[in-house]
Amino acid sequence: MLLIGAEDEEKWLAEGIAGVQHNAFYLHRALDSNNLRDALKYSAQMLSELRTSKLSPQKYYELYMRAFDELRILEMFFKDESKHGVSVVDLYELVQHAGNILPRLYLLCTVGSVYIKSKEAPAKELLQDLVEMCHGVQHPIRGLFLRSYLAQISRDKLIDIGSDYEGDADTVMDAVEFILENFTEMNKLWVRMQLEGPGRVREKREKERSALQELVGKNLHVLSQIEGVDLEIYKETVLPRVLEQVVNCKDDLSQYYLMDCIIQVFPDEYHLQTLEMLLAACPQVQPTVDIKTVLSRLMDRLSKYAASSADVLTEFLQVEAFTKLSNAIEKVIEVQVDMPAVGAITLYVSLLTFTLRVHPDRLDYVDQVLGACVKKLSSIPKLEDSRATKQVVALLSAPLEKYNDTVTALKISNYPRVMDHLDNGTNKVMAMVIIESIMKNNTCISTADKVEVLFELIKGLIKDLDSATDELDEEDFKDEQNSVAKLIHMLYNNEPEEMLKIICIVWKHTMAGGPKRLPFTVPSLVFSALRLVRQLQGQEGDIVGEEVPATPKKIFQLLSQMIEALSAVPSPELALRLYLQCAEAANGCDLEYVAYEFFTQVFVLYEEEIANSKAQVTAIHLIIGALQRMNVFSVENRDTLTHKTTGYSARLLKKPDQCRAVYACSHLFWVDGQDGIRDGERVLLCLKRALRIANAAQQMASIARDSSGPVTLFVEILNKYLYYFEKGNKQITAAAIQHLIELINTEMQGDSATSDAFLASTLRYIQFQKQRGGVMGAKFESIKL
Amino acid sequence: MNYLVGAFKPPCNIFISFADGRSRKQVPLKKENGKTVMVALFQSQESIVGEVVIEPVHRKKVEHNGVKIELLGQIELYFDRGNFYDFTSLVRELDIPGELYERKTYPFEFSTVEMPYESYNGVNVRLRYILKVTISRNYVGNIVEYQEFVVRNYTPPPSINNIIKMEVGIEDCLHIEFEYSKSKYHLKDVIIGKIYFLLVRIKLKNMDLEIRRRESTGSGPNTYVETETLAKFELMDGAPVRGESIPIRLFLSPYELTPTYQNINNKFSVKYYLNLVLVDEEDRRYFKQQEITMYRLLETS
Repeated sequence: MLLIGAEDEEKWLAEGIAGVQHNAFYLHRALDSNNLRDALKYSAQMLSELRTSKLSPQKYYELYMRAFDELRILEMFFKDESKHGVSVVDLYELVQHAGNILPRLYLLCTVGSVYIKSKEAPAKELLQDLVEMCHGVQHPIRGLFLRSYLAQISRDKLIDIGSDYEGDADTVMDAVEFILENFTEMNKLWVRMQLEGPGRVREKREKERSALQELVGKNLHVLSQIEGVDLEIYKETVLPRVLEQVVNCKDDLSQYYLMDCIIQVFPDEYHLQTLEMLLAACPQVQPTVDIKTVLSRLMDRLSKYAASSADVLTEFLQVEAFTKLSNAIEKVIEVQVDMPAVGAITLYVSLLTFTLRVHPDRLDYVDQVLGACVKKLSSIPKLEDSRATKQVVALLSAPLEKYNDTVTALKISNYPRVMDHLDNGTNKVMAMVIIESIMKNNTCISTADKVEVLFELIKGLIKDLDSATDELDEEDFKDEQNSVAKLIHMLYNNEPEEMLKIICIVWKHTMAGGPKRLPFTVPSLVFSALRLVRQLQGQEGDIVGEEVPATPKKIFQLLSQMIEALSAVPSPELALRLYLQCAEAANGCDLEYVAYEFFTQVFVLYEEEIANSKAQVTAIHLIIGALQRMNVFSVENRDTLTHKTTGYSARLLKKPDQCRAVYACSHLFWVDGQDGIRDGERVLLCLKRALRIANAAQQMASIARDSSGPVTLFVEILNKYLYYFEKGNKQITAAAIQHLIELINTEMQGDSATSDAFLASTLRYIQFQKQRGGVMGAKFESIKL
Repeated sequence: MNYLVGAFKPPCNIFISFADGRSRKQVPLKKENGKTVMVALFQSQESIVGEVVIEPVHRKKVEHNGVKIELLGQIELYFDRGNFYDFTSLVRELDIPGELYERKTYPFEFSTVEMPYESYNGVNVRLRYILKVTISRNYVGNIVEYQEFVVRNYTPPPSINNIIKMEVGIEDCLHIEFEYSKSKYHLKDVIIGKIYFLLVRIKLKNMDLEIRRRESTGSGPNTYVETETLAKFELMDGAPVRGESIPIRLFLSPYELTPTYQNINNKFSVKYYLNLVLVDEEDRRYFKQQEITMYRLLETS
């Protein structure tokens, strides 16, 4: 048992092949001249090459195949009695005269197969004899190949026998017995290979053995091909015997391969009907066997089978497939103490997949699986193994994918308990999966209870878990929080009361999330609440009494709490926008003081929190826009607010900004609509003031030799003039417009190089209005360009 | 002496033939010169009937002192070359002294001849049967002609034929139990058996079954024993594990065996043994020899 150099092996193989070829040449000559004696002599000599111990299984196989081809020719010769003139019975004895066992048995098998075919003797006896005689070869590799030859050469005959029954089922049994016997012996030899040779070549030996596994498995394959092997025979004979061998051989490689082989080779319905037996073997295998893969494959096959037709499903119920599988898995996990968590969880994933495919309606099964998993997880320390975590994610994702409806998953009581066993990162990933599932399926979560459960599930995203000190990726965090924000929109109930509850729950949870998360989640929640407000507003007539829990007032209280929370972040700009939104909603509800309060908050924020000039500009414009649409305020309140606004506008830092804000303020005094305010005077005032500021800006620009900025301001103001002119503001006259145009033209002369597109199109618009005729045309007539 | 034979050709030719020569079974017999000839086969208690034809060459007159035919059963021991022990000697006078002018035929008959021993051609010993025709002459040498034939005696199947079963082994190393279905085999028999491995602690390489023939000649201090291995039949290839049982099936027909001969005329014995040989990876041999009895069963054609 020396480590053999590959080069030497090549040489030995070449020698072996040469020997086979040499003898085959004489064999062919003998066959051509119908010389039986020489044929036997040379075939025996040829087969003697197979007696070598020097070759690895792969090389031996090469040699074997050479000899095998020759034996096929010899078999043809044996079949034709007219050629050699010896009856098959005598031939059967004759080949046994060979002194060396290996050639003798190869020849015996060859003649034996011809003998069976001839039906001159009961197949049973012959088969038994052959399989028994092969005991003589105890060398693992040579024995395996010999028996494999036996299996190969008898295969078609067996399938024949098995298929044509010939009146009694006994022949089938004979064939089955034979194959089982041969299989058992082959497996023993195969297992024995492992024990040979010193430990240091163990790895190599395992590799070699793997190369040979198909020889052993082929027997099972043949068994499955025999038509006569019905469920009865399979159940009573085939499976018990094969499993007995599997369990008894105590060899992990063999056990794994054979279990897998059984599962792959025999039909699904057999598995289903013999599930108990098959599963009973699983806990009995060696602890090192990767039984989880085996079971997974079994469940995979069964679930595919279940999917094949509806009729099959009743069978599954009859045999209580789920319970059996579940028990088996339990047992395997219990017995294989050293199985890593990942193994156990993988098993549960497979079982779950099976359950979902076969019994999609049985949520309790799903729960049961998850419950078992929880039990397993709680018995081990927090998961560290990334593969195990991955499996847990798979486990949890499976029901989501299956039900297309996350609500279903929410009903599973063990679901959150499984999630508890994940580490923070994975928990988040899982939460994301849940959210994605909801988004994908457009599932509406409609009750407060479900929302509560859901938020419990995704709490990894909602708040910092215990000592979440790990560095967060900014991008990921954003993505996560955006998802949560999206999710909030999916929580909806038509019933205001329930909806309010939902909102309260969500608020409770989001509040716990800390300042980092609020900017993401609060807007969604605010809009969600505002939607409710609008809904209530639509049904306002129905609301009676103060007993109703969901009133706009209450909601607004809640809203102001929410937005206030943002100031802690701090995120004043966002808060400002949201306040404005709320104010508008309050406006819609006719709640003046609420709206006023919101505006107050806006101004407070503006004054105290918003320092950045750019932000101020944006804020001012937002305020102006919102305020302009307000119609709930009394004149006094409105005046206060507009006054404030214009004041802030004029105090902006940059002149152009000032100018723009001021002319925008003009809109506060001119609101289209039935009861709109039309204070032309103050509009003009605003515009004039804007012009003044523009002038100042232009002067500053010319000093600083800036570009043509200010002209643009003039044009913008011109546009405002035109707007009000068209709207019929009496204070805006054609003359004023004329004057402004001239002013602009003068300004342009100083800087004639640039032609202003804005101005040009504004002028073109005036031209167009002039030519349009009618009332508007007449109004514009007086403007000279 | 050959040149003399060439120079002085015998004055007549002698042909010996059996009455049922055409129908009688012929068997091959190996001559001293290595050639194989076919000769007639007889068994004990058979009558040996035939005729002798004497034909003078070129019609020359042959004077003689009488013609006789003898049936001789001889044992020839090679270490004692030249000495034949005739255990059987029968004579028939064919002619009284006189002259032969022409071809003459003499019928002869040895009725129900006792031929207890079989023809045998061994390493150190030969047992043969011959018909010897002698034309006695004065002054010149006798004219002699031989005709060999073969005797085979058939035994009915033994009434007691015990199984051979035995457990042997080397302590804590190797324990086997072997079993041969019978202890007595006819020449075309099959040895069926099994070897059970009860304990295997040594790495075996293979196992053979040998058929050995032990021929002992002479007696007392002059006993010569010669052992030949007639068959070497591989039973097992590779190392078995405990509990394994290896089948034996050995057809005897391909081998040139004879029945067991027990103390033939106090001159020799031939015995057969089955020798089970186990060879380990260091080429050490472990063996166990068992005597078997061979007998000749009448073949029903």
